[in-house]
Amino acid sequence: MSRSKFQVDHGLTARMVTTMFLLGLVYAVAVTAAIFAGAAIELVVAIAAIFLIVQFFFSDRIALWSMKGEIVTPEQSPQLHAIVDRLCALANMPKPKVAVAQSDMPNAFATGRSQKAAVLCVTTGILRRLSPEELEAVLAHELSHVAHRDVAVMTIASFLGILAGLVTRMLTWGVLLGGGRGRNNQGGSPLILVELAALAFAAVIYVISFLLVRALSRYRELAADRSGAILIGQPRLLANALVKVTGEIGRIPTRDLRSAQAFNAFFFAPALTQGSSVANLFATHPTLEVRLEQLAKLEASMGRTV
Amino acid sequence: MKIFDILAGRTKPAQADLEALFGLPSAFITLEASESLVPTGEAGVCYKPAAGQSFAHTAEEMESLLGLGGGPTKVREDTDQYGFHWVVIGAGSDPSDPEALVNQVHLVNTTLEDQGFGPQLLCSVFGFRSTTAGAGGTANLYLVYLYKRGTFYPFVPLPGREQRDVATELRLGNVLAEDLKIEKDKANWMALWGLPVH
Repeated sequence: MSRSKFQVDHGLTARMVTTMFLLGLVYAVAVTAAIFAGAAIELVVAIAAIFLIVQFFFSDRIALWSMKGEIVTPEQSPQLHAIVDRLCALANMPKPKVAVAQSDMPNAFATGRSQKAAVLCVTTGILRRLSPEELEAVLAHELSHVAHRDVAVMTIASFLGILAGLVTRMLTWGVLLGGGRGRNNQGGSPLILVELAALAFAAVIYVISFLLVRALSRYRELAADRSGAILIGQPRLLANALVKVTGEIGRIPTRDLRSAQAFNAFFFAPALTQGSSVANLFATHPTLEVRLEQLAKLEASMGRTV
Repeated sequence: MKIFDILAGRTKPAQADLEALFGLPSAFITLEASESLVPTGEAGVCYKPAAGQSFAHTAEEMESLLGLGGGPTKVREDTDQYGFHWVVIGAGSDPSDPEALVNQVHLVNTTLEDQGFGPQLLCSVFGFRSTTAGAGGTANLYLVYLYKRGTFYPFVPLPGREQRDVATELRLGNVLAEDLKIEKDKANWMALWGLPVH
């Protein structure tokens, strides 16, 4: 019975799972090293855990607050609610809260740790620029993020990055301030060397986990594009919306976008433009070309009869 | 959703449940006996059109199938303001034969599903009118079937502005609970303004 017109994109799945595996590997190496070093790791873990918990449980409110998004009722925004209603009925998922942010920057994001706590936010800029069909495509992309539990996945994935970042910072202070600890030993210099080595190690862990998290973020975006396009049945509409939104964002001066930059991970399209391929490594979102190419492939596959 | 699907970031498109439709004829009898409501003889199938040749091919096939079904059944098509497509079946058909109508609706659905477009189905809507208002007239009360959840709910729009008679909807929901699976989560009782089904 459950016949689908779409084949699973095994390549994308494989890349994503590989990235997660590598991230887990780096995690394991870091923890093992910390245990061997006998560092005061408890404090660092506790601090990082607090970060994680706050982000996990309050991400919806933090993101809404920073974008000045306001939850809207069906009476205030009937059309937006009607589109979300229908998409949720098509996908058989609980309806998230719907919010609108007063910002001319065309964008949309989904947040919240679970399907029930999810909030879907669009800016007035995107409402003004996109046609109803394109808006629906963007909302389908965001709903896919909700269905894929992307906030939970990315929060957990970023945990190691936060941890390693904290260790790096604490060790830096340790090396700068605390040569003193070594004086009780006969030779102070070996201890400094150990701390320097630990610092270098933590920094390397930080860089690797950072790159892996960014790669994972890009794969999650591609996966959300795919699921969203399949949900509405018309990949072309999502491609149109992407071209419109990305083009518009690139033209807006960077100064206006500073407040939005920190939340790139939750956005439909990132608020800053990237130029080189090095920048692409650090990007939270795949390039427009990669996203359009995937959608074009999907559209082509729909032409085939099963 | 399975844990691996979460990790792999994918959603299985929700498939439509078509069998629940066959519970409708008994619900029709209940509505007529206890609420003096009769079907207008019209029903609408709402789906999201998909891109590609194979879809156009399916739509054509569906039309010819319904036409071949014979009888006086008329089919009307409509696209609503949200880009969803409606196939309205049964204009001018005999309202006293609800089973034929249910079969027609089921036929449209299976045609779409056989082609792999089950995930595109949104809902089916059956029109009702009160017998106290005299013969004829258009529907002022609807029974909506949600394919993905396999549940029904009544939808009673008030004339004029976009408002619904929630009290009547809840009462009808209770009346029908024995014949049909009524959607428990009221958040899924989607408002459908400007229905093309009369």
